[in-house]
Amino acid sequence: MSYVIEGSTGPWEIVVGLEVHAQVISNSKLFSGASTLFGGEPNTHVSLIDAGFPGMLPVINRGCVAQAVRTGLGLKARINLESRFDRKNYFYADLPQGYQISQFAHPIIGEGKIEIELSDGSTREIGITRLHLEQDAGKLMHDQDPKRSFVDLNRAGVALMEIVSEPDIRTPEEAGAYLRKLRQILRYLGTCDGNMDEGSMRADVNVSVRKAGEPFRTRCEIKNVNSIRFVTQAIEIEAARQVEIWESGGEVDQETRLFDPGRGETRSLRSKEDAHDYRYFPDPDLLPLVIEQSWVDQLKACLPELPDEKRARLQKEYGITAYDAGVLVAEQAIADFYETVAKGRDGKSAAAWMTGDFFAALNRTGKSIEESPVGADKLGAMLDLIADGTINGKIAKEVLETMFETGEAPLEIVERKGLRQVTDTGAIEKAADEVLTKNADKLEQYLGGKDKLFGFFVGQVMKATQGKANPAMVNEILKKKIHG
Amino acid sequence: MLTDLTIAQAAEGLRRRDFSAAELTKAHTGAIGQLNERLNAYITVTADKAEAAAAQADKALAAGDAPTLTGIPLGIKDLFCTEGVKTTAASRILGNFVPPYESTVTANLLKNGAVFLGKTNLDEFAMGSANLTSAFGEVENPWHRTGDASVLVPGGSSGGSAAAVAAHIAMGATGTDTGGSIRQPAAYCGIVGLKPTYGRCSRWGTIAFASSLDQAGPMTRTVEDAAIMLQAMAGHDPKDSTSADLAVPDYRAATTRSLKGLRVGIPAEYRPEGMSAELLAVWQKGIDMLRDAGCEIVDVSLPHTKYGLATYYIIAPAECSSNLARYDGVRFGVRAEGAASLDDLYEKTRHDGFGEEVRRRILVGTYVLSAGYYDAYYLKAQKVRTLIRRDFTSAFEKVDVLLTPTAPTAAFGRDEKPEDPVQMYLNDIFTVPASMAGQPAMSVPVALDSRGLPLGLQLIGRHFDEETLIAAGAALEKAAAFSARPDLRAGAAA
Repeated sequence: MSYVIEGSTGPWEIVVGLEVHAQVISNSKLFSGASTLFGGEPNTHVSLIDAGFPGMLPVINRGCVAQAVRTGLGLKARINLESRFDRKNYFYADLPQGYQISQFAHPIIGEGKIEIELSDGSTREIGITRLHLEQDAGKLMHDQDPKRSFVDLNRAGVALMEIVSEPDIRTPEEAGAYLRKLRQILRYLGTCDGNMDEGSMRADVNVSVRKAGEPFRTRCEIKNVNSIRFVTQAIEIEAARQVEIWESGGEVDQETRLFDPGRGETRSLRSKEDAHDYRYFPDPDLLPLVIEQSWVDQLKACLPELPDEKRARLQKEYGITAYDAGVLVAEQAIADFYETVAKGRDGKSAAAWMTGDFFAALNRTGKSIEESPVGADKLGAMLDLIADGTINGKIAKEVLETMFETGEAPLEIVERKGLRQVTDTGAIEKAADEVLTKNADKLEQYLGGKDKLFGFFVGQVMKATQGKANPAMVNEILKKKIHG
Repeated sequence: MLTDLTIAQAAEGLRRRDFSAAELTKAHTGAIGQLNERLNAYITVTADKAEAAAAQADKALAAGDAPTLTGIPLGIKDLFCTEGVKTTAASRILGNFVPPYESTVTANLLKNGAVFLGKTNLDEFAMGSANLTSAFGEVENPWHRTGDASVLVPGGSSGGSAAAVAAHIAMGATGTDTGGSIRQPAAYCGIVGLKPTYGRCSRWGTIAFASSLDQAGPMTRTVEDAAIMLQAMAGHDPKDSTSADLAVPDYRAATTRSLKGLRVGIPAEYRPEGMSAELLAVWQKGIDMLRDAGCEIVDVSLPHTKYGLATYYIIAPAECSSNLARYDGVRFGVRAEGAASLDDLYEKTRHDGFGEEVRRRILVGTYVLSAGYYDAYYLKAQKVRTLIRRDFTSAFEKVDVLLTPTAPTAAFGRDEKPEDPVQMYLNDIFTVPASMAGQPAMSVPVALDSRGLPLGLQLIGRHFDEETLIAAGAALEKAAAFSARPDLRAGAAA
């Protein structure tokens, strides 16, 4: 899907690369034993190492390294068996050591890729340049006191994965799809919870514009955008700003900008001239990080099935459409739920019920799949009742609704409400006779060629049986009665 | 006098109940009371704590089975964080800093029963070779030239430790060595100083100067005492990623090891032009002594030695510029008053808090790591460092240990300090290469010069082979029979 900005000098395309900071799921920080729990009282999850006390030394947390490797494997990326930690030096009150330990020259993960799906059903591959491990900084609080700022170091030293994409993204939609897909993979792997509102996943967005076929023009980096919607908005707004500058004969300056969603604009944070000189150099407190191929293989063997593979398998195994499979693998929990329901049953019907009435009911009640009052076993039991003819599809909708309200088992509801499907030929024939007699005029019209009226008769018979008649039988009996 | 005993002698005397740990400590705290005002070897004296620790030591000794250093009073360089005891790094910026933790090395010594007398003076953040940069005043060398009362420097940076041990106001002391900070002051003060292999002693809880070079070690009056202290200080520490996971051998046993067949290398490059005849003679004396002890003397070459100093003064400041960034007045230490902004707070705090030499090295380090200069300075220096390391590796294919002078001169006068900082850096010319390569090295006092000042010789060993250093050092010590003592010392003070 192409996205162009129609300027006064013709169309412009946009070029976007994303740097995502994903907080690693781990019990303790990257280089200290302090807890990584979110939401503690300020400065309660801080070790002397995190606070940068004299003589304190970092020791790498192997659990965080495993998470980075697992993420690399999930991104089908090159795993670097030897990587290195560097110091990124700058002064700020949320940075206790006066430097961030990061991986600059030798990241743990090299080139990989992500396949994204777009709304028109097409797919694109976005390259991953690298993934590296680094420490998060603390948090400044400016709203606690009229004159002073406070520092909370709970987050200082927590492990982050910085995941850098190639400048392969060409539309705001692709940027959104990339972030969603990345988040999905991270969640499947259990390496990052992907909660952008809690800041455990944040994106820096690099945007430039160019005429078709041109080399890249100067880019701007929009820092710390904290929702997917804001990322797409920021790209649109920033690209439009750059087009305007170029077309008015100006030059886009390479700079770091902030996105202000309230005002719908990006603002300059610092120019290239003011850019920090981070004075990267290898951290002499840490040895090169050397990992064994056998360990990587072990981690690989224990990886969960990832969304792409799962989608392909669900399509094949359960005969469902690519679209339905895509919806069902959006979250691991949904896919697991689906597979529990579909196992040993009609996969297509299971998919239709889940993506239809079941999700609608979840949406209506504002519940996640984990909180669903209807478990996979009960939904499955309901499908069984349809399959064995105890209820028909129409009644099943009502049963499902009641299941959401009361949490009862489907069969209980059917019995309590007397919803069993009528398969008694005599009862249906009686109802059919009544309907045909009562609507003799319509019968005449039907026989005169108004075929559509057949549905009317079916509807009337269903109504007469309070919807409980077996629709196939109603069809058959009506046909026999009318055509003899 | 109790203060004249070596650690080995005192440990024996304590076990024989010739005297108590309380008496031994009291003798030292008393001497500190008499001498420290002049020497300024200690920044902080912890006499009460020491006496309490000595009382504990007496109980342990009475119960039997007390570890080797039980009741032995030591000085601790004020670069080791000591729990509940002010730790300053001789800097204003840490003038009020009381760590809530104990460094691994000092914790190891405490576990071994040692009694801490106090925190010894040093060059600010261990940056200096003459103990002239401490925020808490200069240290005086207890030695004086014959018939000349001028005040001499003790060397640095572990000058307080060296002066305290030489003046018998500590039986031994911890030092740290980044480019010579144990060995050079040991030579200037006529004592033994051992810098172990990089990684032998944990750096955890020791205030960092240059992380890839810093190494703790003992400063004592005999080689045997150095072996005893190192035994307690060394060992793997999972809290320091650069600490070596190797067993610590029996160092004391090495003091009596035979030197028959030991190959001693004499590097040609440690004989720079203008070297004093006196120093050359002492070096030759050392060579002869080792030959007499059964060693084979071999000429070797360490061709990149001449780049050592220049390389060191890129890498050490680079690391220091980053290591000292944490002293910002935000979380601990001294904070400047009246700052108008965060940047202003940093500038004021760091300008007021750091002395001139520290500021100079931070600036040099910041410069060599800057974009556009990194490749020409830092990266180049790292490459040269690899060549220096290779020099040692190939030399140690031919020999087991190297013998060189420790410093180009004997202690110089406080008034004779060079105005040019680069001249001052030349003091480290013989000690820096071993630091750059991580080799263990030791200075042993061998003779007095014509003006009555001690001169030391340096032994450099293979990685993690401190035992050979100790064996050769003990042989040198025995042959040299260096028994001179400084005029300023416990019981002999003028």
